Amino acid sequence: MPSEPTPAPDEQPVASEEAPETDGGHETELQAHTIRLELVDEPGQLLAALKPIADNGANLLSIFHERGSLTPRGRIPVEVDIECPPDRFEGLLEDLRDRGVNVIQADAEEYGDEVTVVLVGHLVDTDLSDTLKKIQDCSGASVADIDLSAPAGAGSSAHSSARLRLRAHAGETARVVETVRKVAAEKDIDVIAPLEGSR
Amino acid sequence: MRLCVLGAGAVGRSVAELAPEYGHEVTALADSSSAVVDPDGVDVEAALARKDAGEALGGGEPGDALASEYDVLVEATPTTLGDAEPGFSHLRTALERDNHVVLANKGPVAERYADVRALEADSAGEVYFEATVGGAIPVCATVDDLGAEHVSAVRGVLNGTANFVLSRMAAEGLDYDHVLAEAQDLGVAEADPSFDVEGTDAALKCVILANVLREADCDSLDELREVEVTLADADVEGIRDIPGSALELAAEDGRTVRLVGEATRDGVSVGPRLVPENGTLSVTGTRNIVEIDHEYAGGLAISGRGAGGEETASAVLADVARLE
Repeated sequence: MPSEPTPAPDEQPVASEEAPETDGGHETELQAHTIRLELVDEPGQLLAALKPIADNGANLLSIFHERGSLTPRGRIPVEVDIECPPDRFEGLLEDLRDRGVNVIQADAEEYGDEVTVVLVGHLVDTDLSDTLKKIQDCSGASVADIDLSAPAGAGSSAHSSARLRLRAHAGETARVVETVRKVAAEKDIDVIAPLEGSR
Repeated sequence: MRLCVLGAGAVGRSVAELAPEYGHEVTALADSSSAVVDPDGVDVEAALARKDAGEALGGGEPGDALASEYDVLVEATPTTLGDAEPGFSHLRTALERDNHVVLANKGPVAERYADVRALEADSAGEVYFEATVGGAIPVCATVDDLGAEHVSAVRGVLNGTANFVLSRMAAEGLDYDHVLAEAQDLGVAEADPSFDVEGTDAALKCVILANVLREADCDSLDELREVEVTLADADVEGIRDIPGSALELAAEDGRTVRLVGEATRDGVSVGPRLVPENGTLSVTGTRNIVEIDHEYAGGLAISGRGAGGEETASAVLADVARLE
């Protein structure tokens, strides 16, 4: 267990490709992680997202800022590779989320399972982005991608559909689906989920 | 065996017509308005011809059939919910007279399973109900052969009408109302399709299966009464509100949507589910499929025709054979 993060976090340079040493150099304890984030396209957002990484004594190995592409929610996807002591990683993710940074994916091991569901209802009129946010907040799963089909457009009485691919912690897909159903029910949205247990 | 066939709809008449081929004799046949009884064997063809011509099946009252001498009562009157009457009373009468009962009517075993078993326990007659689940598919017999105590779940596509609608919607990119109208023209869907598209029919079948599974863990009738399931306990969702866009999105991902019912010891759920497009459960058209999860055998699947007069009659006559 490292004692103290050495420099004051504000002065910590975030990009330090050649400096795998941190927190007093417990190199053997460092674990590499890949984190996918989503950022709002505003100045300073990237730096704000990287601050928790520094604050938690993690090493930034690389950063891939896909400024040209947008996530389904109109945000910018960012992928960062870091190294940090194993016991710091959860706190780091928590800090990121506390700052309103959307963590899409944190390692394959973190979100070991995937589940796809189709939502049916007045998706646009009931604020789809709010629905997605609630699904992520309540289920602990992350929305990996979404496809919306609203042939009749907003305000129509016809139902629209959305296919969501959710990344869940290993073994938790059933619980995630249950949470999605609860969130959806509040907005009168039907959920078509896969069958658990079927081969 | 001497059969008393109650109900002269698609299933009842097919049972009556096919009985001789299976070595049985129909000694009574009734519909809701009349009956024909003949201890030497009813002339089924003539009786059904009269019915087709708009006349009575025979000169007797409907109750005469139930009161006559027979070995097996084939209860093929329409399924009713709640108290499952009049089907349940027909079954009671037959069992009280120590006759066997073969059900095509789902009501008694879906709504009053423990009552049925209680009457059976006091009777020399036995009750079988293969035809109530999955038409021609031998679901109950398979679960029974495998040992219901080792079966953890039975799930499947158990309603041909709903499956026809969903598979046509997916294949042709058509919406629900359009496909339903087509299904009604083809005679696949009834004028009032609610029983099928709202999931009730599939739920009744799953309720029956859940009762079979739970019964396997019971040592007494009292225990069975405690754990029996009825339609009211089932979690049921239909397919009415599924737009074509949902099927398209599913297809883009190599999946499709099927109305899947599942019976486990925990209960019954029926609803639209995402299944792999080429998976076991994605049968097309009116076809049904049943998947059984077994402790040692693993997964088994049986597919076939889940409805139809002759198809369902084959299940009824298989039950009659079990009584010989």
